[in-house]
Amino acid sequence: MTATTHRRCQLTLIAEYMLESRLIAVAAHHGAPGYTVHEVRGGSFAADGERFRDGAGETGRTIELKVICDRPVAEAIARQVLDDFGGNFSVRVMLSDVEVFRPAKY
Amino acid sequence: MDPLILLFALGVIARLARSDLRFPEPVYEALSIYLLLAIGLKGGVELSHQDFSDVLPPALAVVFLGFSIPFAVFPVLHRVVRLNKADAASVAAHYGSVSVVTFAIASAYLERRGVPVESFMSVLLALMEAPGIVAGVILARNAGAKGASVMHEVLVNKGIVLLAGGIVIGVLIGSEGFAPLKPLFGDLFRGILALYLLELGLVVGGRAGDLRRAGLRLIGFGILTPLIMGMIGLGIGSWIIGLTPGGAIMLAVLMASASYIAAPAAMRMAVPEANPALGISAALAVTFPFNVFVNIPLLHHMGAWL
Repeated sequence: MTATTHRRCQLTLIAEYMLESRLIAVAAHHGAPGYTVHEVRGGSFAADGERFRDGAGETGRTIELKVICDRPVAEAIARQVLDDFGGNFSVRVMLSDVEVFRPAKY
Repeated sequence: MDPLILLFALGVIARLARSDLRFPEPVYEALSIYLLLAIGLKGGVELSHQDFSDVLPPALAVVFLGFSIPFAVFPVLHRVVRLNKADAASVAAHYGSVSVVTFAIASAYLERRGVPVESFMSVLLALMEAPGIVAGVILARNAGAKGASVMHEVLVNKGIVLLAGGIVIGVLIGSEGFAPLKPLFGDLFRGILALYLLELGLVVGGRAGDLRRAGLRLIGFGILTPLIMGMIGLGIGSWIIGLTPGGAIMLAVLMASASYIAAPAAMRMAVPEANPALGISAALAVTFPFNVFVNIPLLHHMGAWL
């Protein structure tokens, strides 16, 4: 038996820990159905002197926040996040296609 | 030798030697919650034996001092250290606020040497945490920064909630109510502070690279500021507020210390264009070790002349 799946969009934000509540507020504002957030570690090898996020202290911690929703909602969240925080904060924004089993949840 | 300082040094060396030693984040978080609550509770219990009218003049003084320090150091940071205005405001806020761990180390240092200190010092610690950050935000706004409003976060940050909450609970329960908590919040305090210092050493060791980038002027600022603020604090504590020599030393330590937990978090949001590495590196990698290794013993010796 093959299960029926439905296509949705997954927005992934990797950002400074300090931004967590603000990113969640942006997602809620644009009608995201929910979110998952967890702490991650990582760094950058860029030559522009970008900070290595070593996880030490609140300003050194990093989160990954995922939202599964319709593509227009994901794009609206992504645009506002980049407009509001892209200039001065460490933020990575990615969109990917995912398949879900219960479309009413998203 | 003080075991607290040796553990801090071990952490620094381990990190510089690239050891894989690291504390899991929840452990670090739990240790800091414990320390803040323990300091608050013990301060509150001691305060329950105290006449509140004695506390008011020094309480007002530390709010004023905490608020004034950023305005005093901002021009130095901007003109002498040559930071832009946003960076200068952000670093200034770190120096207006206080370091709870420096306070705990100074308390332990004086206790070991039998120097009596007023019982309300932890109240002064709690009161001095926020005004410097508020002053830093005002300086940043005057310099044109357009960050988020952080007043709510500043006033309900975990440091203030735990310290102030602990003090209020300590006052309410008194010595009798504290007795069942004493094994955890009293007897274990020094050992848990030692663990925290090992972790702090690891963090400071990891900041060595930031120091190279910060430059000699900021390093000089991180040493001279606590030296000067400590002297001023000693004078104000002793001659203006009329504290005992031990109390004046603790006030001097509060003025000399710089925040590396509450201030970096608040200033990151209030002044997003400022480089967050500058304030935290100066406060944690320069001023904190300078206070622990040099300034606290120096203030202790100077306090003996008062």
